Amino acid sequence: MLTIGKRDKEVLLDPLYRAGRGFYILLGVLIIIMGWGLFMYIRQIVFGLGVTGMDRPAYWGMYMVNFIFFIGISHAGTLISAILRVTGAEWRRPITRIAEAITAFALVVGTIQIFFDLGRPDRVLYLFTYGRLQSPLLWDAVSVTAYFLGSIVYLYLPIMPDAALLRDNLPEEAPPWRRHLYKWLALGWRGNRTQWLRLEKMIAVMAVLIIPIAISVHTVISWILATTVQPGWHSTVFGPYFVVGAIFSGIGALFIAMTLTRRALHLEAYITEKQFRYLGYIFITMSAIWFYFTYAEHMTQAAGQLAEEFPILASKLWGPFSASFWVMILAMVAAFVVLVFPLLLPDSWSKYRIFNPRFTLANAVVAGVAIVLLQVPGMQRVVANLSPGLPPITLRIIALVAGVLAIISLLPWLKRHLIDTMVIASALVLVGMWLERWNIIVPTMVNPRLMPSSWYTPTLTEWSLFAASIALFIFMFVLFFKLVPAVSVWEVREGRVIDDVRSQVPMPAPEPSSSARGAMRRSLEETEPTY
Amino acid sequence: MPKWSMVIDLEKCVVCQGCSIACRMENNTPVVTPELAGEGREMRWNDVFPMPHVEVGDYPNTKTHYMTRPCMHCENAPCIKVCPVQATYIDEEGLVRQNYDRCIGCRYCTVACPYGVRYFNWFAPEWNPTIKQHLNPEEVSSGSGVLEGPAVRPKGVVEKCTYCIQRLDNARQRADAEGRDFRPDEYVPACVETCTGKARFFGDLENPDSTVSRLAKSERAFVLLEEVGTHPKTIYLQEGE
Repeated sequence: MLTIGKRDKEVLLDPLYRAGRGFYILLGVLIIIMGWGLFMYIRQIVFGLGVTGMDRPAYWGMYMVNFIFFIGISHAGTLISAILRVTGAEWRRPITRIAEAITAFALVVGTIQIFFDLGRPDRVLYLFTYGRLQSPLLWDAVSVTAYFLGSIVYLYLPIMPDAALLRDNLPEEAPPWRRHLYKWLALGWRGNRTQWLRLEKMIAVMAVLIIPIAISVHTVISWILATTVQPGWHSTVFGPYFVVGAIFSGIGALFIAMTLTRRALHLEAYITEKQFRYLGYIFITMSAIWFYFTYAEHMTQAAGQLAEEFPILASKLWGPFSASFWVMILAMVAAFVVLVFPLLLPDSWSKYRIFNPRFTLANAVVAGVAIVLLQVPGMQRVVANLSPGLPPITLRIIALVAGVLAIISLLPWLKRHLIDTMVIASALVLVGMWLERWNIIVPTMVNPRLMPSSWYTPTLTEWSLFAASIALFIFMFVLFFKLVPAVSVWEVREGRVIDDVRSQVPMPAPEPSSSARGAMRRSLEETEPTY
Repeated sequence: MPKWSMVIDLEKCVVCQGCSIACRMENNTPVVTPELAGEGREMRWNDVFPMPHVEVGDYPNTKTHYMTRPCMHCENAPCIKVCPVQATYIDEEGLVRQNYDRCIGCRYCTVACPYGVRYFNWFAPEWNPTIKQHLNPEEVSSGSGVLEGPAVRPKGVVEKCTYCIQRLDNARQRADAEGRDFRPDEYVPACVETCTGKARFFGDLENPDSTVSRLAKSERAFVLLEEVGTHPKTIYLQEGE
């Protein structure tokens, strides 16, 4: 019989058996979106892939973008949680379960994208019966399958003690299927020494194994593109570039999932600012590496100016893809600013009047108006009529200065609201990473050799299936945390024991710093008699 | 064992598009509406098109280069390398073939082909009643579940030029029935047979005395996108300026 503290039980176990109205409304909305997606998918199967916006030469489109995006998200979990376990980062304890759940569900949703994209989904098993190991697509099938099985095991192992805890603390009114479920999940866990040793060993082994598998997954996805001879894809940097992007977007998804779970399940005492701050440091690192790779990839293309590659780069920099390219860059730069600049701001500066949200709003409005006047067609004439002496360059300067002031004056607010900051940055990164995949897939597709450039616009079918995929992801995530605690109970308890023991180790008092020594000397000098 | 090859003399080509139509009738490629064609859904195993970005001279004295393009039947074909289920493969006579019964419709081959000669069935094929009466009934199936050539394709699979493999099959069977050896000059694809300007030549590249072998050694001979290393067996003869 395993026991659990009263507070842990109230916060972590009891909500599993309760469901408010909001929960059912959310499920209802998600089911409606998924139902619509299912309808559109059946329609696509009946009529053929012609109902999408794909064509010749844009043979791949949004489904492929979403496939790469969701598989990228899946790197949130297992990889991060495995790296943190292997390096013994204590702060990981409350967030590993959420991270691992993201991995499992994002992989499911990512794999479904393949079914959306196949012309003959009924023949998907041919991949295994007739598979050619020389094809990068089969490398992908192998490595995604390995990652999925590994992640499921890695998600399940730490659930075992928690399931035993649930089994032994089941309330009277709980339905019988829960009793069966937890009994089955606990797999006869009694919490004796042998079981603990085996579990810890198994988790340690899995954590080490899962890291190379996770890295192989997105590397192989990038090789699907990089092994072809198509301009813009045939690049050696794609492997690491994709892995970094995957981890980057994965952390973004993890931040959003952490925040929403924390708020919905009232886990403020478990998932604290510490988790956000430390994971934020990894986020900043990934952001920097992402910029480095993005620059390396585009700079070499720009400098080489190969006849086939350069038009694709040009279409991103100032051609038809400039909107998606520069929104991506802007989102990533904004995420970096939001993450890093508050850390650079000295505390004492908040006394200045400009660090004030109202000033931010005013500046943002000014910048917004200036940009609208500059960008919206027909507005230039209005400006010219209103004030003939005001050239566009003035408006540009106004927009720039107001924008910079808006960001600077927002910094203390961002510094005070660490969690909101992380959510803002994560949302920006997720949008940026989705666009990055778009900017890799689509421009190469629509600029083929021997054919004039074309264009690709996704249709309602593709958007519906994208929405349904996101809904399915949230659906699985929400249901899962009605069955299993969102925080790994035993790991948090283990962490508490470690903290307890640490607190008993006598720590030497801090040595006086140089400034403190100076103060001491001055105070001594003051007390000395003057001659 | 012959290595089939096609030589197209661009100097002789009059851009009549007869090859494209002959190919359509021979191989049952579906006809699409002009709207669908505008959406990039048309299928022309043998396409005739102006070379993009290649214009000579200043307006109004400009000249556009036209290209007629069947499958290149590359010796080192990018499409074969990427196919996850071996639905596309090269046989010992150098033909790059497509198995409609095996294809899963992932479109990796269409993406990987630098020539854009592979076509995907976005919808189930449709013909107007007149054309439907005159569909080519021939099918090529060698072994279990291998379906190629002009056999009507289901939606969701990839198809491509086969150098009219059904004609090769027929020629072989005829030679067998007449109790003699098959000669490589007994078979040409439909586009070669129909070519108005007699600009297309077809034959065995292994035989040094065949027309294609001799033309392939011509100073005017070139292959499309030589730099991607695919070693095409469809060879062009350059057009004079």
